[in-house]
Parts: sequence; structure tokens; C-alpha cells
Amino acid sequence: MNASLPPNEDELHAYVDGELETDRRAAIAAWLGDHPDAAARVADWQEQKRLLFAAYGPILAEVPPPHLEAAANRRPRASPPLGLRLAAAVGWLALGAVIGYGVKATSPAREAGLSPIAHSAAIAHVVYTPEVRHPVEVAADQEAHLVQWLSKRLGMPLRVPQLSADGFALVGGRLLPGESGPVAQFMYEDGSGKRLTLYVRADAAENRETAFRFALEGKVGVFYWLDGKLGYAISGELPREKLLNIAESAYKQLNP
Amino acid sequence: MASFADHLPRLRRYARALTGDRHAADDLVQDTLERGWAKFSLWRPGSRLDAWLLTIMHNLFVNQYRSRPPTAESLDELYVEPSMRASQADRLEVRDIDVALAQLPPEQREVLLLVTLEEYSYAETAQLLGVPIGTVMSRLARGREKLRALLDEGTGQARLRVVK
Repeated sequence: MNASLPPNEDELHAYVDGELETDRRAAIAAWLGDHPDAAARVADWQEQKRLLFAAYGPILAEVPPPHLEAAANRRPRASPPLGLRLAAAVGWLALGAVIGYGVKATSPAREAGLSPIAHSAAIAHVVYTPEVRHPVEVAADQEAHLVQWLSKRLGMPLRVPQLSADGFALVGGRLLPGESGPVAQFMYEDGSGKRLTLYVRADAAENRETAFRFALEGKVGVFYWLDGKLGYAISGELPREKLLNIAESAYKQLNP
Repeated sequence: MASFADHLPRLRRYARALTGDRHAADDLVQDTLERGWAKFSLWRPGSRLDAWLLTIMHNLFVNQYRSRPPTAESLDELYVEPSMRASQADRLEVRDIDVALAQLPPEQREVLLLVTLEEYSYAETAQLLGVPIGTVMSRLARGREKLRALLDEGTGQARLRVVK
């Protein structure tokens, strides 16, 4: 565009709103110097902007009414907070990357190391622990049925550790899709409503045992370990030491 | 952690300017937040959450709120807020712009506020409102000229401002 052309109406607005390239902006500023009528309109538009900020700007500094603060922070209970959702999304991406890499570098893809279980467990944790009405598929009052059902689906005999010594009671469990088959999730809750999940999968690539490992996914801490074909992960928003104690307790019960 | 709460002050500011009524504005904000959570799975991570929420607010406003005229009572409330800490002259200016803004057609008011007060680009404004950019430009031009005429013809207070 020729910088010396007189501006059209749209360009005068773009001048006020800072949507012009530097050169064109300078050319229009110069042109306005010679056209007082247009300059007066532009000045009025700029004055409007100043008045709007004077009138409504102070609202930004107000303390919002509590019911709006609550509505802004209120997520549907079925859905974890944004940060955790983002963490979960990042987790899926990382998981995808690991699997994708695994598929490329080594075949079969199931050779995807340890960290995927921590990601998957943390994701399942943030998805299901905020549930109020349907946290589990089968509640703890049908524990025998729960264990029998999940053992059958995973194709391995499962046990459910008791964590009452740490203040957590079993809420129940559910079946989830894993990378290569069904996965079990058991949920626990303490007196304050804080929840833990134990994630169990039975598709480890080879029989081996590992020490505890720890991963932090957003605010969710995960201790996980492998035991033969079974992989376990305990997730919770607890201090690491406390979570470790619980994981050890669970480990001892699962490997008597 | 990002959340709707980060955008609450801006949602309230825009709603107040849009409706001209602090109660209607806060109702609109509340509805926007609730609708936002209900539809949250539709938000694309990485896109601007504030613009997404304002789009929801726009749709609610178009459907429900713009038939409600602002009340004189609520306008008065705006000016005596201690948080404004404005001088007498500023307060009159604030009153003028608020009264004049309420007389713009809603679609011109929306564009003017999104571009001027909220400082969205023309392209963002077009996307937010779901209209072509040419429509944004024509509404902006008409809104600015109408507001100019309203402020010029003005009230006694506006004239005082001119001679001060």
C-alpha cells in the first residue's frame, strides 16, 4: 500500500485501535495534521476510550460478590479442576509420546517402561475422585463381589488392601480400559473426604519386580511398582511421606 | 492454576458496561459461569479462555438480556460506589458515557466495548461474536459516530465538562 494515500474510514479506526503497521500509522498521523476535521473525530474516538476506562475500569478492582467467586470456582463435581485436567491432558500426551516412541523403537509396544502406569493412574485418579454420585461402580459393601469381578476381568487374582490404619476406608472399585486390556481402580476415602486410588493392571510385559517409584502429576502424587505381571499405582493429593507409608502398607498386604 | 476466577473481574466489567445495570450484570456473569462449566468440555485448551467465556456471555446476552432496559436506579448506584474514588467532574463524565452507551443498539455497544474497553483485535472480536470482520468495522464506525453525537448533544453536565 502506498503510504501517502489518504486513509479510508476503516483505517482511521484502525489508527485509534492500534491495528496499523508503524509506517502506515506515521503516515496517517501526518495526514491528520493537515485534516483538522478528521483529526477532531479521531480525537473524539480516543476520548470515548478514555471515558469507557474511567467509567468501567474501577470494576476490575472491586472484590467480586461471594456468590460469583463461588460460581467461578465451582466446577461440576464430576469434573476435576482445570489445572488437573490440563495435567491429565499433558499426561495423555506424554503417554502417547512414550507409546509412540515405544512402537517405533521397540516392538512390541508393550515394552513401554514404567512411567505410563503412573500417568494412567494419575489420570484415572483425577477423573474419578471428584465424583460425588458415581465414584465407583461397585461399592465396598459388596467387596467380595467387587474383588471376584475385577479378578475375573483382569485374569489375575486380585486383593484389596485395607488402609484403615492410615485412616482410609474402601469406597469401592471400578473397571477401566487400560493400554492393552482392563484395569482395576479401587478408591478409598478418609474422614475428611480426601480420596486415594489404587490402580491395578495385569498386563506387565514380563515378570519382574521393582522398587517403589514416585511420580508427581500436577498435585497428584503416585507411588507405583511392578510385581510379576501386576502393576500397582497408589495416587493421592497427600504429602509424599504419608503417601509412601500408605503405599508400603498396601505393598505388604499385597505381598504377604 | 488457571480457572474462571482469573477472568471474573473482566467478565463483571464487560457485563456492567454491556447491561448498564449492576444487578443484571452480575446475573449475566453468574449465568455465564454456569454455562461455561456445563460446556467446559467444548473449550479447546490453548485457545483464550477469556474470549470463550465472553462468547458465552454474548450468546446469553443476545438471547435473554438485551430486552431488559437499564433502570435509573441502577445507574445511580454506579456513581456512588466508593471504589470509584473519582472526582466530581470525572463522575459526571462517567455518568454521561454510561447513559450514552445505553442508547446504542446492543450490537454496536458490544463491538465498541470489545474493541475499545476489552482491547480485542478486530479479528478476535469478529470471531468472538461470530460475524464477519466487515460487520465488526461497520458496527464500530456506526457505534462511535452515534456515541459522539450523543456525547456532543449531551446533557448540561456534558457542557460543563466542555467549558471546565
